Amino acid sequence: MFVCRMKENGRKLCFVRASNMSVVKQALTIAKPLPEKGEEVYIVVKSGIVLHMAQTERRDAPELPDFSLLKRIARDQLIFLLEQLPGRKDLFIDADLMSPLDRIANVTILKQHEVDKLYKVELKPIVSISDQLCFLIRPRIQTVKWISDLVNSDKAAGRFRKYKIIFTPQKFYACETVLEEQGVYGYITTDEWNFYILPLDDDILSLELPEFFRDNFLEGDQRWVSTGGGALHLLQSVYGSFSKVYGIGRCAKMVYETWREQMEDGDLRTKQPEFAKVFLIDRDVDFITPLCSQVVYEGLVDDIFRIKCGSVEFGPDVTSSDKSIKVMLNSQDKVFNEIRNEHFSNVFGFLSQKAKNLQTAYDKRRGMDIQQMKAFVADELKGLKQEHRLLSLHIGACESMMKKKTKQDFQELLKTEHSLLEGFEIRECITCIEEHINRQVSMIESLRLLCLLSLTENGLLSKDYRSLKAQYLQSYGIDHLLTFANLRQLGVLVEQQPGETLTVMESKVGKLVNDKTVGKLTDAFSSLAKKSNFRALSKRLALVPKSGDEYDLRVPRDMAYIFSGAYIPLSCKLIEQVLERDGWTGLEEVTRMLNGHEFAVTAGGNSSEARTKTDAQRIILVMFLGGCTYSEISALRFLGKERGCRFIVLTTAITSSARLLEALLDNHA
Amino acid sequence: MTRAKPEDDEYWNRSKLKAFTFDDEDDEFSRLKESKRTVNSLVMDDDDEEDDFEKVSWSGEPVGSISWSVKETASSNRSGSEQGFPKIDTTSSLSKQGSGYSLSSLFRAKSKSGGFPSFSESFSETSIRTYAPELRKPKSDRKNFVSDLSPEETVRRMQKGRAYSLEKFRSLQDKLLLLDEAVALYDGNVIAAVLIYLKTSLNKEILFRELMSRDVALRHYVHYLKEMGEQKLLVELLKALGRTEDMALMQYKEHLGIKDEGRRRDFLKSCLSLPFSQDDATHVQDHYELLERQIIIEASDKKADGEIFKKFPRKASILNMPIITTLYYSCFYHYGESEGTYSSPANIRKTFRISEKQYILTALGARAKLKLWFDVDSLFNTKNWLGYTKKKSPIGFHKVVDILHKNNAPISVLQEYVNLIDDTEVKLSMALKYKCHDIVINTYRDLKDRQQLVVYRAKLERDSVEYRKVQEILSNGQIRWKN
Repeated sequence: MFVCRMKENGRKLCFVRASNMSVVKQALTIAKPLPEKGEEVYIVVKSGIVLHMAQTERRDAPELPDFSLLKRIARDQLIFLLEQLPGRKDLFIDADLMSPLDRIANVTILKQHEVDKLYKVELKPIVSISDQLCFLIRPRIQTVKWISDLVNSDKAAGRFRKYKIIFTPQKFYACETVLEEQGVYGYITTDEWNFYILPLDDDILSLELPEFFRDNFLEGDQRWVSTGGGALHLLQSVYGSFSKVYGIGRCAKMVYETWREQMEDGDLRTKQPEFAKVFLIDRDVDFITPLCSQVVYEGLVDDIFRIKCGSVEFGPDVTSSDKSIKVMLNSQDKVFNEIRNEHFSNVFGFLSQKAKNLQTAYDKRRGMDIQQMKAFVADELKGLKQEHRLLSLHIGACESMMKKKTKQDFQELLKTEHSLLEGFEIRECITCIEEHINRQVSMIESLRLLCLLSLTENGLLSKDYRSLKAQYLQSYGIDHLLTFANLRQLGVLVEQQPGETLTVMESKVGKLVNDKTVGKLTDAFSSLAKKSNFRALSKRLALVPKSGDEYDLRVPRDMAYIFSGAYIPLSCKLIEQVLERDGWTGLEEVTRMLNGHEFAVTAGGNSSEARTKTDAQRIILVMFLGGCTYSEISALRFLGKERGCRFIVLTTAITSSARLLEALLDNHA
Repeated sequence: MTRAKPEDDEYWNRSKLKAFTFDDEDDEFSRLKESKRTVNSLVMDDDDEEDDFEKVSWSGEPVGSISWSVKETASSNRSGSEQGFPKIDTTSSLSKQGSGYSLSSLFRAKSKSGGFPSFSESFSETSIRTYAPELRKPKSDRKNFVSDLSPEETVRRMQKGRAYSLEKFRSLQDKLLLLDEAVALYDGNVIAAVLIYLKTSLNKEILFRELMSRDVALRHYVHYLKEMGEQKLLVELLKALGRTEDMALMQYKEHLGIKDEGRRRDFLKSCLSLPFSQDDATHVQDHYELLERQIIIEASDKKADGEIFKKFPRKASILNMPIITTLYYSCFYHYGESEGTYSSPANIRKTFRISEKQYILTALGARAKLKLWFDVDSLFNTKNWLGYTKKKSPIGFHKVVDILHKNNAPISVLQEYVNLIDDTEVKLSMALKYKCHDIVINTYRDLKDRQQLVVYRAKLERDSVEYRKVQEILSNGQIRWKN
């Protein structure tokens, strides 16, 4: 084996020549890892093939556990529950459970267990003629009320049927109380389907509970806390226990507590863990990151086309035909897998290179004899065709996104966003947002920028708040009064309040001088109180790189690349720092600014001895309570590559600026 | 640190339970539990020292260690969970009864057999427990003492979905203890269940009063009432809490459910007297006036047969549209009406205090859509004291050009406005973008940029007017080119 290293234009290159691949594999896994950090590796095997390994495979990335097991568990439990209602039955499914259900079971499986017809829950009268009805629903009062009405109207009509409600992931007392109050308790059997986790990809697990965010952070309802604990408990039961838990946030603490109690409860065997560290983080620790425009391919696709349960529907403008196509976006899609974490500006180049390669591969056919052609068709053609199909889809998606994003507005908004993060020319930013509102351009976009403004500036000046709110209501409807109340409650769009001490001071001063002077003093005080946590945090953690520095997006140097080099996501930076320090020591100032609630816990017993350099030690589970964005996942993947570890994201749901804000709108009945 | 043997503890607790579960000794039992609790809360720290398998420092460094692989552990019944979460320095052990039918029990067979157990097997076992949860418990547990359990044990049973009874919690003190225990479990589901019980068994004034000092429980209660649609009670609650602004908003929200516009208007009118904050009161007033006006406009425009309505039939009703949309509508269909009419742009502008900038933007959009360039012109015309007209705009002229272009304005109109852009660079780029040749040429001339002019000439059609103009300028010997 022969290794050659060189530097070229700041890139570290490493050429490995070997007789065959197994030798190379060996080289990559020996104790002193080859290649070094930051190197691009080119492997030249005897036959002359050059494998560009980019920076991705620079260290032996630990193998991820097989999460398909979770699907099997969920499916088997569902089948068992369906069997609890023997005979033919019609199944009513909550709309937002349909996609998750699709990922783990198909219609055939349901039919095999005597499900006759499938209906979507629409809260309207039903047409089913079956004498057994089964409802697969989230535990929501509204749905249960609808079912109760249904049962009661059947009773009134003298119709006899059997009813079963399967709540997932669990039932709530409040729902059962509804059944009781409506006089149908006893006529309906209820069950729980503990379908806690849906694996969306090799490294993404989702609870598929978007309502977690609003319920927990806006309404202050802790109904999902034990669900979060249950999900962790499930993972632990299947994949082994953890040696270390870190976390930050009020909800994170509670989830940890309920999880710990469940741990004590069940009997877990000490088995070799498949991952060892867990990091729990509340969404309200960092609202800025999910509110930034996503510019990494996967995030951008989500922002524009909305990925639903790991699948996206590309419309006619992408497919350049008259029909839409649904595509699964995950690591199985070879083309997507290579571009998903790339900054959008790199994707085009990559795809066109890929297209050229494809052409070359097709061209090989020319001059082949029959035998070769036969082999070609047998071995390669199918793969090439598949790649062809995917390539043309992603190129189509790129084009469509380019069209939308190259509009003047987008550039300007992106500039505004970056200025806000940097704390630069805030007046101009406000003018820009104002104009956006005045022209009635996207209601959500306007709101997003207002929130970013408030979060980065630690609240808006009173006069700005009032004027922007008034203009917003004029442009998008006065109903949004309620939306503003929600945003204020959550603290994402607020008026600057003079600090408490200042108020005391004012009242003292107020006794001494006349009202007019007090007014002036208040102005002065509030400008003093304008000290922003984000600015301080950003400075402390170096979240915003100095402007003027050139940032080569093709060779990302830190996680900021996911936002064009303008900002390192706070959430991911925290995770990086805590893992680096193995705790919160040295981050006291940071946690104080984040309102505390941080913790780090080590498991006792022999697991600490077992903390050797096993693969599991380099797999870290990050649980986002209240949702995480694809950009954050990309940032963590980058971090993992940098540090030679892998992150698994467990989130209550995939979120985005639009989803997050839509959850807070209240302008509809 | 020494570790207490969980089995010992369990045995001790259980045997004690066994001894005190005769019905006639109810009171004694609960009193005993009560005093035990008191004692425990006094010597909390020492207790923790004894059964410290969960000694943990929240502030960062681990103090002790957690045993995570405890088998069939039933730790002490005592708990420090009454403490508020943020304050805890050490998480005290929280008790658990033997496992119910949590998912983990499904995996019991797994490592024994090595393979994965068949699901129907493990489930049938579970289901037995579901239907007869008490059968598999130790004898002491099997007795019917669910009604004898302490508040803490009760909420724990509730959390696990096991049989429980709330009937015995009759004194206010017991009820509140129950609530506080539920809150200490962090389980919103259990908190809601207890609240539902308190709702039916306590006078609402008393419940409201107690909730005032219990923020977590209060938020659960508010959310529960919202979900149940118990608007009236919710309003009463908020009022009792003195949260008048929230109450006002809550009532205002009801209008969203009213379909009929007349009733909606009347409802909004009734909202005017609600205790909104000063700003919000203005907005709600606007909302009412807006809908009232929209109803009037809609009624007359629905049957309107003026020329403009024939030429551009209305696509939708104006009801419930935002103020700016209404203004746009009025600039489109009712432009030039006198300020006295409800539907005139001037009246709408005045009533809803619309800024000049906003007004110009909206009117510009509407008039440009109709391709009435004269109206567009007059929007920006101002006369100075000498009577000269001059164009002025509160929005940048480059924005004006953008809007005009979006509405397919002819080049002559665009050109006029591009010319009004102050910043030469912006002007030039706009002129290039919209192919306003004259402006491009003149600007290059003014910049004395010969090279650019030559480049630009190449883009023009030979012998066109512009081409000749460039030729003329380039051959003008009087210009001192900078390049």
